[in-house]
Amino acid sequence: MVNFNLLFDPLSIFFLFVIFIISLPSAVYSLGYLKGEYSQGKVTLAWFLLSAFVLSMVLVVTVSNIFIFLVAWEIMSLVSYFLVVFDTEHEKSIQAGLIYIVMTHIGTAFLIAAFLVMYQYAHSFDFLAIKNACQTMPSQVKNIVFILLLIGFGTKAGIVPLHIWLPYAHPQAPSHISSIMSGVMIKTAIYGLIRFVISILGVNSSWWGILILVLAVISCLVGVIYALMDHDIKRLLAYHSVENIGIILLGVGLSMFFINKGMPYLAVFSLIAGLYHLVNHAVFKGLLFLCAGSVYKATGTRDIEKLGGLIKKMPQTAIYFLIGAMGISALPPLNGFVSEWLTLQAFFLGAFSAIGGSKLFLGVCAGMLALTGGLAAACFVKAFGITFLALPRSRHAEEAKEVSFSMKAGMFFLAVLTIIFGLAAVPIMGLLAKVAGASTGIDIGNMRFSLNNLIINPQVGKNIYLSTPLLALALVASAAAGFSVYLLFARLKPVSYKTWDCGYYKLEARNEYTATAFSKPFRIAFSFFLMPYRKTQKIRDSFYHVKSFAYETHTISVFKKYIYAPLVALVFKSASFMRRIQPGSIHLYLAYIFAALLFLIIFMQKF
Amino acid sequence: MMKITLILMQAAIFIGLAPFLSGLIAKIKNNIRMRKGQSVFQPYYNLVKLFSKQEVISEASSWIFRATPFIVIASSLVAAMLIPGQRMGDLLALIFVFALGRFFLALAGLDTGSSFGGMGASREMFISSLAEPALCLAIFSISLQLGTTNISALGGIRAVSVSSILAAITLFFVTIAETSRVPVDNQETHLELTMVHEAMVLEYSGGSLALIEMASYIKQMILFFLIAQIVFPVGLRGMSSLTQTSLWVLWYFARIAVIAVMVAIVEVSVAKMRLFRVADFLGFAFALGIIATVCAMLGV
Repeated sequence: MVNFNLLFDPLSIFFLFVIFIISLPSAVYSLGYLKGEYSQGKVTLAWFLLSAFVLSMVLVVTVSNIFIFLVAWEIMSLVSYFLVVFDTEHEKSIQAGLIYIVMTHIGTAFLIAAFLVMYQYAHSFDFLAIKNACQTMPSQVKNIVFILLLIGFGTKAGIVPLHIWLPYAHPQAPSHISSIMSGVMIKTAIYGLIRFVISILGVNSSWWGILILVLAVISCLVGVIYALMDHDIKRLLAYHSVENIGIILLGVGLSMFFINKGMPYLAVFSLIAGLYHLVNHAVFKGLLFLCAGSVYKATGTRDIEKLGGLIKKMPQTAIYFLIGAMGISALPPLNGFVSEWLTLQAFFLGAFSAIGGSKLFLGVCAGMLALTGGLAAACFVKAFGITFLALPRSRHAEEAKEVSFSMKAGMFFLAVLTIIFGLAAVPIMGLLAKVAGASTGIDIGNMRFSLNNLIINPQVGKNIYLSTPLLALALVASAAAGFSVYLLFARLKPVSYKTWDCGYYKLEARNEYTATAFSKPFRIAFSFFLMPYRKTQKIRDSFYHVKSFAYETHTISVFKKYIYAPLVALVFKSASFMRRIQPGSIHLYLAYIFAALLFLIIFMQKF
Repeated sequence: MMKITLILMQAAIFIGLAPFLSGLIAKIKNNIRMRKGQSVFQPYYNLVKLFSKQEVISEASSWIFRATPFIVIASSLVAAMLIPGQRMGDLLALIFVFALGRFFLALAGLDTGSSFGGMGASREMFISSLAEPALCLAIFSISLQLGTTNISALGGIRAVSVSSILAAITLFFVTIAETSRVPVDNQETHLELTMVHEAMVLEYSGGSLALIEMASYIKQMILFFLIAQIVFPVGLRGMSSLTQTSLWVLWYFARIAVIAVMVAIVEVSVAKMRLFRVADFLGFAFALGIIATVCAMLGV
């Protein structure tokens, strides 16, 4: 019995909003992006796939039946696979697509397992019936279902160590698709976690929240450290998605932690923080991917070591990228700042109310979030500084031109949203409170999160306030004050001259700091994890004269080396072992069929 | 309106006194080294001098380079306005406000195309990102005692506990890193191998440099103020008579000067460490922050 009813509760509506708010500008952007890049037939195909992709995501967040949910989930995975391999002429796309489809199906397998267990208890596919059945489910079974759901959705969300597909697949898709994949698609996994774990299954034990918090902290740090090391602008952004999913999960995990501890107020507040970061990440990551696409379109390369000086060639794209970078680095008064501040406050308020070791645990998590924030800022100084500032490092960058109107329009829309979501924090928190209340089943009637329309006040009675509009006003006023002092006192007109070059007289792009050099301190500080590999080679004319110098460095992914490579090797090994039963002799195959038949007959008779 | 005036007044006092603090530190350092040293008012003379000099702007740079001094000074001024701790004064927000100025300063370092700028930017972001978790934990442990992250609540600490001492030491470590002092950085040198902050602002001159210098003076004073507020909670409460008020004001600034003296002593007594050792230095600060949180948890 399958019902096709759609669900429009606050949680679904919130996710619909996120889907559309990113898909719309991305679609507009793709008008200009696809032009000239692909043939007419491929452009049509791209539009078809885009529509199917958005539609499947809409279905995922609105259906009220696990059977249809799985179907929609699978459509979403398949369509996004076709989008990842859209540039079929690239060898890399095929490989990325393969990794993506294998990983996503492993995830789906776990989901199916979880849903089957749920079905066993509910005898129905309907969300409501399952929710009722879950109340009588034994707690051991609940734990198993939770783990299955966590692995299933975690694969899609890109939680470390299941993130392996993300840095391959996201950069390989066309940029407007990367923006939707990173901005929205991985968020459907968060939807799944909130819907199935918090709302339907119900948080059972306190280790659920703790497990999610630990995984989230690891995802944050691993994501941002790999992002720092990467110099492919789109892959760098993809790693930041791993990081930001971590930050979102910090909010979600905290909420589960507090639900279990019986602190409804903090549970709602933490979920607000998580959801706020979710929509913020969708907005700024969508924006950054569109900007990266513009850079790619204008220069033909994604390697930031070959870029530079684009702020003069593409002034508007540069501003949009800067706004996105400021958002993701949590700089006030933009949107990332608000949600990271809220998450930190959730940690603080939680630590204040909690007892015993939880205080320390929450404190250390908050410290790790701060470290993540610092590293993310460093990474975006690198990404923006090397790509857009100083002198162009290659001919591609020198000949870059500003992109077309429709592409600028898509970026403009998201850049404005980045600012609005920072300034209009209070009304947005009010709306998110409804979503959080509805999905946790907590009555938010008498909860207040703000003093008035301008000032956030996380907990009534606690003397904690934040107001982004006032902060923005103070910043603008102070900058203006600084500017007027400057105008008043610095009377001599500035002159333009060459950068100081220690008397070298030939400063050019080759003397500039590179992204590899920029990230070197981090590479050394985190060398225990990154295991950097370096090779230097002198190429000599003769014994006395070194003609040139070759230097090569890269880092080794511990996850690939210690988890995935052995796993793949194991699969191949067992496959070649299994091959022995397939020697190609038809007689043997007939014997197999006969044996199978015999087995079945005996099986049916006996059992 | 009253509040706004108060905020602006305190910000103005901070701005007025901030350069003096740097002059004081330089003077003490010189005296310990048996030198006569510059006047304590030298930073003021420097600012005036810089404003009267002509500015040179690199041809390679963009509007980011020109706009940065104003953003940096704005971030420091807003931080100074947060300090009085009216509605807006939040300790956690302070971290982010400082991050804004630093972000643009690092971008400006990269903007000129000079290797020095890039080197400075890279190192500055490295040091600050490692300082951030320690700073966060220090704030956390103090806030756990106060029950709020509001800065004004710092004035409400009655007695100095073990936890707040440890938090103050953590904050002291972070301050040394954030204000580019020995052993993390050295403000006095222009040797390319060692400089961090100075390398980043190397291309700045004239009025722009004056604004950036001013911004770092203010930032330094704010960090000193936070430490002072934790270690020496304001003792004199009454403000009924004029003598009492002036005594209070004197005590208020004397505490900050005490922190400055300590920084100066630390600076002359240790050697600058290698950049990669800074990770250990700040890791130690982070561990101290954890211990401070444990102490706060135990209520000592």
